Amino acid sequence: MADGRSLVRRKAGARLWLSALWLGLLVLVALLAPWIAPKDPLAQDLFLGRLPPFWMAGAEPGFYLGTDSLGRDVLSRLLYGARLALIVALVAGTVTALVGATLGLLAGFLRGWVDLVISRFIDIWMAFPPVLFSILLIAVLGPGLSSIIIAIVVIDWTRFARVVRAEAMAQGAMDYVASARVAGRGRVSTMLVEILPNVLPTVLVLLTLEMGIAVIVEAILSFVNLSISTDDPTWGGMIAEGRSSIHQAWWVLVVPLITLFLTVLAFSQLGEGLKDRIDPVLR
Amino acid sequence: MSFLRILDLSVRIKGGPRLLRGVSLTVAAGEVRGLVGESGAGKSMIGKAVLGTLPRSVEVVAGQIWLDGVDLLTLAPAARRRKIGAVAALIPQDPLTALNPSRRIGGQITDRLVDILGWTREKAEARAKDLLAEVGIDNADRVLRAYPHELSGGMRQRILIASAFAAEPKLIVADEPTTALDVTVQKQILRLIADMQARHGTALLFVTHDLGVVSKVCQSLSVLYGGLVVEDTAVRPFFAGPAHPYSRALLAATPKYTDPEGSLTPLPEAVLAAVQAQVAAADGGWHG
Amino acid sequence: MQFLQTVLLRLITTAVTLIGVAVIVFFVIRVVPGNPIAMMLSPGATEADIARLSALYGLDRSIPAQFLIWVQGVLAGDFGTSITARQPVLDLVLGRLPATLELSVMALVMAIVMGGVAALVGTLLRDTRGEAAIDVANGMALSVPDFLWGLALILLFGVLVPVFQISGRVTPSLELPFVTNFYLVEAVVRLRFDLVRDIAGHMLLPALALALPLAAIIGQLLKQSLKETMHLDYVTLARTKGYSETRVIVREALPNAILPTLTLVGVQFTFLIGGTVIIERLFSYEGLGNMAIDAVINRDLPLIQGIVILFAVIFTGVNLVVDLCYAALNPRLRHG
Repeated sequence: MADGRSLVRRKAGARLWLSALWLGLLVLVALLAPWIAPKDPLAQDLFLGRLPPFWMAGAEPGFYLGTDSLGRDVLSRLLYGARLALIVALVAGTVTALVGATLGLLAGFLRGWVDLVISRFIDIWMAFPPVLFSILLIAVLGPGLSSIIIAIVVIDWTRFARVVRAEAMAQGAMDYVASARVAGRGRVSTMLVEILPNVLPTVLVLLTLEMGIAVIVEAILSFVNLSISTDDPTWGGMIAEGRSSIHQAWWVLVVPLITLFLTVLAFSQLGEGLKDRIDPVLR
Repeated sequence: MSFLRILDLSVRIKGGPRLLRGVSLTVAAGEVRGLVGESGAGKSMIGKAVLGTLPRSVEVVAGQIWLDGVDLLTLAPAARRRKIGAVAALIPQDPLTALNPSRRIGGQITDRLVDILGWTREKAEARAKDLLAEVGIDNADRVLRAYPHELSGGMRQRILIASAFAAEPKLIVADEPTTALDVTVQKQILRLIADMQARHGTALLFVTHDLGVVSKVCQSLSVLYGGLVVEDTAVRPFFAGPAHPYSRALLAATPKYTDPEGSLTPLPEAVLAAVQAQVAAADGGWHG
Repeated sequence: MQFLQTVLLRLITTAVTLIGVAVIVFFVIRVVPGNPIAMMLSPGATEADIARLSALYGLDRSIPAQFLIWVQGVLAGDFGTSITARQPVLDLVLGRLPATLELSVMALVMAIVMGGVAALVGTLLRDTRGEAAIDVANGMALSVPDFLWGLALILLFGVLVPVFQISGRVTPSLELPFVTNFYLVEAVVRLRFDLVRDIAGHMLLPALALALPLAAIIGQLLKQSLKETMHLDYVTLARTKGYSETRVIVREALPNAILPTLTLVGVQFTFLIGGTVIIERLFSYEGLGNMAIDAVINRDLPLIQGIVILFAVIFTGVNLVVDLCYAALNPRLRHG
């Protein structure tokens, strides 16, 4: 059938698998980085600065994707950078989901003053410019991997809290919850047994999206030079380096940029695909 | 010469079952024809086909729709739209959803006159006031400036009737125009439509499942079952004694023609089987 | 009466939110490591010099006491003095605000135009391959954040095909006759189209980067509600009157489909303004966000505070305005 709708459906399936493929590849690369990276990602050689990638004239054998202004191998830094990116995505994403979903669940199900306090905090958080807030937090916490993760959790918990709160409220108003309560279930027990399983699919979808966001936040913080130390191979740091030498060597920016593009797209398409598959309510 | 002439019209859901199976019917100038059948019989589909508002999921497989001397199905979409807009109009089913909530009443009555027929705004507004008086609305000035939600359902249906007659169309399709209304209002609206039709001499295609309504306003009627016209006759002989067994069952199932719900079921099973066989025969040779 | 009550309630929650922001930012920045006074003095400064300056900026008192002094000042219209620039924070912030506002509004307009066109075309082509293509493009624009769009645009239209400016707000060598900092507005008002071209040329890429995700959201949401509206009876009725499909969509469906989109665009616009911080940095655009990042790097506490508060005022203000617009645009609320 040549109907447009079915076309979208089929493409969505393909996108889901392509996304999973790309993310799987990243995980593999991150795990195997020490064995597959052709060079030491930290080794500098000022005589080999700003080498072009293999398909351009003047490329040096062994440096497949060229070098940055300090002569560090772009491919090796990219492979090692996948490690940090994935750690940030997994840890920051998961902790943010835990904190945000818990607060949202409490606010949405218990209501009353708990909801009032949490909602007010959500309002206040929504009034902060998130990028500026994260930069400020890094200034307070000092640079480093754990600071980035804390900053992401502190800023992004509202994403989960808002959605889960609304969902928990909707679920809480349904008959099955009332009948569970009538049957003698306690409040906390009702929340965990009846409400939580129904909001989990939503949380899972948001978590996938949040992982993509975490990768970007790390890149942004590296870019404003507040992230991990400048030597460490991070995608954001590579972008910052590429932006500063963009007129002399544009390829230094292209490689990490395309990687980030694909990674963010993969996370969001995975989230969208999951949304369609596991949660008919969200459609 | 009939004003509307539908010849052998077949319509189906794209890649799916047929909804109309070779329907033919005519409406002469000034004639009121009832279109009767159960829900799903295809009576609304005929009205939609005539007015060019078939859903996108539905396509015309075969047939002709001659309106005012041209076959609509041979016209380009833009020309077809203009033709329909110039000579035909619709009285919709549900007055609560058929007026745009964000536009004032006045514009919704006059827009066709100004935009399609090229009247001046003043002339169109004067016309709208006359029409409102005609359908029994007194404070026309206030109503023209009102939004739909400020008016009652009966009032809105009067406005929709006024709007349908605004451009003096030669044919109006009334799609169950009283079904969504209170029983008390139903009678008033029915009388209003009949009066307006008589005064303007407009041909009317009256889609309904209520034989009582047909007996009051129509001169002729087509009975539909399963996308097929099973009987095409004048009103008087029909109520004296319908020819087709399905029509007889239909009439027998309508208590004194006045049941507002117009429940047409249950039908005797033998009758049902006979009509279904007729429908199946009409499908012969079609393997879509 | 009920309308007034709603407005009053909104004003109170807005005030609570702003107070909350002020408290949190004040205490967060007091724990920033690094002595701002020491950073601004030359290496040869003595302990006594530092102590004297700290007292001047009130930094030697307890944090709650500092907060009280700061609140007193704010209520009198004094947001303190920038440590690095040694000028009143309010003057600095208001001086940069026009640049950020012009960029944000330009991005918003671009997002509305692009998203609106995508939604209208998508509705016209509904259930065809054309709609599927628009959905895919929308999905792309939505998934990728403004930061990456900014980098990609710099690379594509600033370096590989250098047709647009990628740095600054205006070409430095130009003589500017302006009396306000609303460069674009003033250039238009003065009919200096050479300057309009230059300024708009500098703003185009950063504004586009900010606009793309929002345009996708508008396109998706508006198309969805348009498609729902297209099934309604009054749309069918308009079709029988002889109007073209485009006309039916624009006049009958659009006014009713806009409302649900509008509330969401409000929140999304605040996200867009929040995005100016990094986009301004990326394009070296001299706005509030760029100044904010410098302020954090220089530990300029009063300035950071002022900028964060200003952003919070803008965000809550935008949400307030959207709520009022919603009430004003909905005839049922207006007359009900």
